[in-house]
Amino acid sequence: MPIGQRSGGAGRRNINRAPSPLLALTLPWLTILLGSMLPGWLLIASAPVLPPVGFLLFLSWRQLRPGLLPIWSGLPLGLFDDLFSGQPFGSAVLLWSLAAIALELIETRVPWRSFLTEWLVAIGLIVAYIGLCLALANLAGAGAHVGIILPQIVISVLSYPLVGRLVAVVDRFRLTPFMVVQ
Amino acid sequence: MAPPANRRSGFSRRAQYTTFFSYTAGGLAVVVGLVLLGVSIARPGTFAGLRGAAADATEPAGEVTAAGRSYGKHALASITGFFTSGREHARLERELAEAKVRLVEAQAIEAENRRLKSLLHLKGMGSDPVAFARLTSSTSASARRFAILNAGRDEGLAKGMPVRSPAGLIGRVLEVGGSSSRVLLVTDTESLVPVRRATDGVPAFAQGNGDGTIRIRLINLGINPLKKGDVMVSSGSGGLYRPGTPMAIVTSILRDGAMARVLANPSDTDFVMVEHTWAPKEPPPPANAETGGH
Repeated sequence: MPIGQRSGGAGRRNINRAPSPLLALTLPWLTILLGSMLPGWLLIASAPVLPPVGFLLFLSWRQLRPGLLPIWSGLPLGLFDDLFSGQPFGSAVLLWSLAAIALELIETRVPWRSFLTEWLVAIGLIVAYIGLCLALANLAGAGAHVGIILPQIVISVLSYPLVGRLVAVVDRFRLTPFMVVQ
Repeated sequence: MAPPANRRSGFSRRAQYTTFFSYTAGGLAVVVGLVLLGVSIARPGTFAGLRGAAADATEPAGEVTAAGRSYGKHALASITGFFTSGREHARLERELAEAKVRLVEAQAIEAENRRLKSLLHLKGMGSDPVAFARLTSSTSASARRFAILNAGRDEGLAKGMPVRSPAGLIGRVLEVGGSSSRVLLVTDTESLVPVRRATDGVPAFAQGNGDGTIRIRLINLGINPLKKGDVMVSSGSGGLYRPGTPMAIVTSILRDGAMARVLANPSDTDFVMVEHTWAPKEPPPPANAETGGH
């Protein structure tokens, strides 16, 4: 039997293979775009109950792979999110960009990380994000009281580790070497 | 865990410039966001076209998910129905017997109504629905309550048309796109519907709270006549909503009104009906007064 066709382990199959650069570069962006649209499709809600999945994915990607998404990535991704979120247009551009800068600053100050510190940083950003979203919606004329976002904050904070796990799975898939190196 | 990589720029001019420019770009993104936000707050309709185009583009996906949602709901209903079928059957037989009697009464009342209306020479407003459509998606992660409808200008929808389900009022059309439109649900805080009590017509306003409940504000202040369980229907005053559309049921009494629950939960409805706006405004007066005189 020729050596090349022998069914070996994962390591043997990975020899002479490289991840697809297209997939490796676009997958983070695609997952965030999809995450922006996902909550709208799940249910016709009469209260804000679902987490802002796009923002959670954005935070997660930036925490898992700092520098993979540039600091300005909040501009295009936020623009797309604004099309579907129902917030006043521009609020996601502003808040996602601010969150990216805040994360970058935190990471340069506190380079050592663990599950707990990352979650705590994310909790701070998520609470600030949802609160500011409500404030901006109210500024544009909504007039909703703070109580309505409390369930959403709890759900978002608790689902963040799950989103992080999902991002890790996508990251493994992204870097799976399957293109034959010439 | 150790830091993922050494990302300090050190003495490298190139690395320093890269860091500097990436932060500058981030700052620019913030400024762009501020400008967009300022424009959208000052002129809320500016980006309606953009949002409409996005909703049109993603409408097929929305329809698929809407079908999936409805399928899942029906599957769940059949499973629960399997366990409660005996009880339900007995209850339905009892209700059917009652309903048959009520039906005969209703037919009599309808005949009388027709006779009285013909006496008064009242003409029924065109009550044909504009379109039947599905709610494909909603803003379930935002404090605002919008939903996307899979019908737009192609089916003759226009801004302001009321949207209802068999159970009651859902909202009104806010922005119309090519093949989809954006609906302001009655639970949104910016939605204000003139209502009256179904039994005796106590007038009030129904304003959304943003969390699925409705705040009923009485117009005539004084002794609060509302009681728990009262059904509020739209009164049609001021136009827009057709009178008599069921809207909310009172769940608790406040000093100057009540809290209510919407009758038509948008997540329970498969298809909704878009109606013509009630009592459309008078045509605007002609530009010059002479031609308007005769």
